[in-house]
Amino acid sequence: MSDVRVWSRRAAAFGAAIAVTVVGGSSPLAAQTMDDMIYTYVSFDELEYVPGASEEPVEYKGQMWIGGDFERIWFKARGEQSTLEHEGDFEGQALYSRTTSAFWNTQVGLRVDHLYGPGPGATRGHLALGVQGLAPYWFELESFLFVSHRGDVSARVEASYDLLFTQRLIVEPEFELNGAVQSVPQFGVGSGLTDFELGARVRYEIVRELAPYVGMSWVRLIGETADMARGAGAGVGNANFVAGLRWWY
Amino acid sequence: MNGHDDHRDGLGRISRRDFVRYGGTFGVLAGVDSVLPGWVHWAGAPPWREPAVLDGSAGPIELTIGETRIGIDGRGGTATTINGTVPGPILRFREGDEAVIHVTNTLDEDTSIHWHGLILPNAMDGVPNVNFPGIRPGETFTYRYPVRQFGTYWYHSHSKLQEQLGHYGAMVIDPAGSEPETYDREHVIVLSDWTFSSPYRVMARLKKHPDYYNFDKRTVFDFLRDASEDGLGRTVSDRLSWGGMRMNPTDISDITSAAFIYLMNGQGPDDNWTGLFEPGERVRLRFINAAAATYFDVRVPGLPLTVIQMDGQHVKPVETDEFRIPPAKTYDVIVEPGENRAYTIFAESIARGGHARGTLAPREGMEAPVPDPRERPLLTMADMGMAGMMGHDMGGMEQMDHSMHDMTPPDTAMTPDSTMSSDPMAGHDHSAMAGGAAAMTGMGSPLRPPGTLPEDSMHGEDEHGPGNAGVAMMATSRLDEPGVGLGEDGWRVLRYTDLEALEPWDDFRAPDREIELHLTGNMERFMWSIDGVKFSDAEPIRVEYGERIRLTMINDTMMNHPMHLHGMWMELENGKGNRIPRVHTINVKPAEKVSLLFHADALGPWAFHCHILYHMDAGMFRVVEVVEPEGGMGHHMHRGHDDRSGVR
Repeated sequence: MSDVRVWSRRAAAFGAAIAVTVVGGSSPLAAQTMDDMIYTYVSFDELEYVPGASEEPVEYKGQMWIGGDFERIWFKARGEQSTLEHEGDFEGQALYSRTTSAFWNTQVGLRVDHLYGPGPGATRGHLALGVQGLAPYWFELESFLFVSHRGDVSARVEASYDLLFTQRLIVEPEFELNGAVQSVPQFGVGSGLTDFELGARVRYEIVRELAPYVGMSWVRLIGETADMARGAGAGVGNANFVAGLRWWY
Repeated sequence: MNGHDDHRDGLGRISRRDFVRYGGTFGVLAGVDSVLPGWVHWAGAPPWREPAVLDGSAGPIELTIGETRIGIDGRGGTATTINGTVPGPILRFREGDEAVIHVTNTLDEDTSIHWHGLILPNAMDGVPNVNFPGIRPGETFTYRYPVRQFGTYWYHSHSKLQEQLGHYGAMVIDPAGSEPETYDREHVIVLSDWTFSSPYRVMARLKKHPDYYNFDKRTVFDFLRDASEDGLGRTVSDRLSWGGMRMNPTDISDITSAAFIYLMNGQGPDDNWTGLFEPGERVRLRFINAAAATYFDVRVPGLPLTVIQMDGQHVKPVETDEFRIPPAKTYDVIVEPGENRAYTIFAESIARGGHARGTLAPREGMEAPVPDPRERPLLTMADMGMAGMMGHDMGGMEQMDHSMHDMTPPDTAMTPDSTMSSDPMAGHDHSAMAGGAAAMTGMGSPLRPPGTLPEDSMHGEDEHGPGNAGVAMMATSRLDEPGVGLGEDGWRVLRYTDLEALEPWDDFRAPDREIELHLTGNMERFMWSIDGVKFSDAEPIRVEYGERIRLTMINDTMMNHPMHLHGMWMELENGKGNRIPRVHTINVKPAEKVSLLFHADALGPWAFHCHILYHMDAGMFRVVEVVEPEGGMGHHMHRGHDDRSGVR
C-alpha cells in the first residue's frame, strides 16, 4: 500500500509539472488569436445499470482531459459498484497525452486498480503506456501496455464505431480484449488472453452532450483466467442488458 | 472626443457618456433577462432597430461599443453592438475625406475596430497586438486616416469572438469622380450569422467534438439508398475511400443552421428585411458578408444580377443569376425590378438547411415566394485533391493553356513558355522551413508571367505535421468552378474567372519572388493553421518594402477558406492579364491552388488570416511584416503609395 501512496504523490508532482508546461509561454503577438487556449473536457461514455448481473451493478467508464492542441493531461476512470452491497472495483489512470500525429495521441502515466467489498480488498499500481486515436474507417482505437508495481505485464485493446441510423439515433458496437504475461491470482488474472467484452449500445442524442441508451454487453473470461474462475466456482461469461446515460461537457 | 473628461456639463445633468455607463446598470436592474443565459427568452423581444447612417464627410463619427438586447424573429438575445444596433451604423465617406472616428468601449473587456479592405496607415488598422494595444474598457480611441479609395467595405471587431456577437457594420465610400454605372437608388445588404449560444461555448464544443453541428452526416439509410441507386460496389468503395482518409464529405460548414440563424441587415428570415424600389428603377445592392462562419449563395429569383464591383473594386459588368459570397467579401450588383411586385432576396447557407432572406418591394409589408432549400451538397474526390489522380478532370490545365494565349503580354522579360516547363515538385521542399512558413521560389527558376493561372502541382513530401490531417495530392486552379453545391440548377453562377478589372492596371510588374503557403487543418481536433503551424507558434512572414510578391496558396484541407490580407491589395491571377481583379479577401476552395500578386508598399506588421472567425482563432493566422530593405528605403521610394489607392 505504501508504494501506491508514493506513486500517487509522484503522479501529482508530474501532473503539476505538465500543467506548467501546458499553460506556460506564448509570444505577445499570439494574444491576437485564441489558438493556445486550454480546454477542459469531461465525459461519461458509459454510466449504466446492469439489472441482470448478480450484483446488479452500476458500471461506469469516463474520461477527462485538460489542455491544448498538443499536450493534455488525461484522466480515465472505469469500474463497477454493486447496488446491493458495498462491493466493486475501480480503475483510474492519470496520463500525459501528446499529439503525435494527426489522428493519434501517445499517452504515458499511471494506473491504479482497486478491488473492494466484503472479501479482501486489493490495490495495485501500474505504469501505463499507450496510443489512442482514430484509425482509418472511423474506428476509435485505444491500445495500452501496463507494467504493475510488481513487474506484471498486461495489455488492452479497445475499439468502437459509430453507426448512424439517423443524425441522433446511433448504434455503437464496442470491443475490448485484455491479456497478461504473468498470472496475478489476487486480481483473478491468468496468463495469456484474459477476457474480452463485446457490446452494442443504441443511444439517442437529445442534444450532443446528453444521450440515454440501452444495449447488450457480453463479457467472457478466457484461457487460464477462465480456469481460475471456474476453480473458484464463478461463472466465466455473461451477456447482460444495460441501460444508461452518456454525457459530456 | 473633446468632452471625454467632463462627465457632467455645467448644469449637472448626466452627460451622454455617463448615460451610456449608467444605462448598462439600469439595464441589468430593469431587465432581469440580461443576466440569464441566451436561451432563456421572453415573449417581448425588443423590436429590430434600423442601423443609422453616419456621414463621415460632415465631421467626426462617434461609435460606442456596448451590450444591447436585440430581437431576432421574435426571440431576444444579447449582442455586442456598435451604437446599439446589429449591424452597426452605415458609415459613409467620400474618397479624399479624412476619416476621424472616435470609438468608446463600454464593454468590460477590450475591443477594437478593423476597417476591412481599407488601405491605411498601419497603426489605424485596428488589430490588437499587431497594430495597436486594443481599446480598453472605458477608453476612447480615435481612428484617423485619409480615405483614398471608394467602394463598399465593412468594419468589425478584431478582438476575441466579438464579431460573432454583432460587432460589425457597413462602410460605403463614394468616389471623388463619377460612378461608371448609373443607378437610381441603393441598398446596403449586410448578411451575417447569429447564434443564441455563447460563441466561446461554440468554440469549445468544436474543440471537443468538431462534428457537433453537423446534422447532415451520411446514415445507414443513405448507404442503402446509394447502394440501390449506384450499385453496392460503388457505394462501398465510396465509403471506403472517405473512411480511409477519415474525412467526411458532408463537412461543408463547421457551424450550421443547427446553431445559426441567418440575418439580413440584422433581421431574421421571418422578420423579412425590406428594401423599397419604384418599378423600372436601377437598384444597386451592396452585399457584404459579415458572417463569422457562413458562406452564402445569393440570388433574387426573377431578376438577373449585374455584378459591378467586388471588394469595392470596379469590375467589367457581368450578368449572372447567383453568386457565392464568402465571409468578409463584398459584391455590388445592379438589379432592374420592372414589375410592380415583391422579389425575394435569398441568401442560402453553403451547407443548406438555412438562409437569410429579405424582400425588394414597391411598398412595405409585401413578400414574394421563398425558394425551397436545395439538397445538402457533398464534397467530391476533386475536393480531396485527387482530381488529377483520377485522370478525368484536367480542366485546370486546359484553362491555363487558354489563358496563356489570351493574355495581354505584360511588361516583363519572361516568356510564357518558361512557366510550362516548371517542375511540378518545385516549391515544396522549403515548406519545412522552421516556423517561417514563407517559401521562396523564383530565386533560381523564372516565375511565370503575372496575371496567369497557376500550374497544377503535386504535393511534396512534407505533410505539415499533426496539425494537418491530409494533403491535396494534386492542387489545381479551380477559379473557373462555381464551388461545391452550385452550378447544377440550370441558371448562371458567378465564377472568379468571370471577373476582370474595369480598366487595365498601369503598373503591372512581374513578381520579384513567390511565397507559397499551404492552408492546413485537422478537422478531427478542430486545429487550423498555415503550413501546419498555428499562429502562436509561428514567425511573421517577412517581405521587404518595395517587393512585388506572388502569394500562392494551396488548400490542403477539405473546407473553403476566405483568406484576407490587411493593408495591401491582392491582385487575383485569374488569367485576365493586366486586367486581373483586385481583392482584399480571396476564397480558396478545397485542393485549390490560387495565386495573387501584391506590392509590399506599406511598412509594418499586417494581419493575414482565414476570415472564418473560428479558424482564425484556432490559429489560421499570420503576420505579414513589411520591413525596410537592407541599405535603407531610398531606392524604393519611387514605388510609393500613389498607385495603390482605390482610384482608377
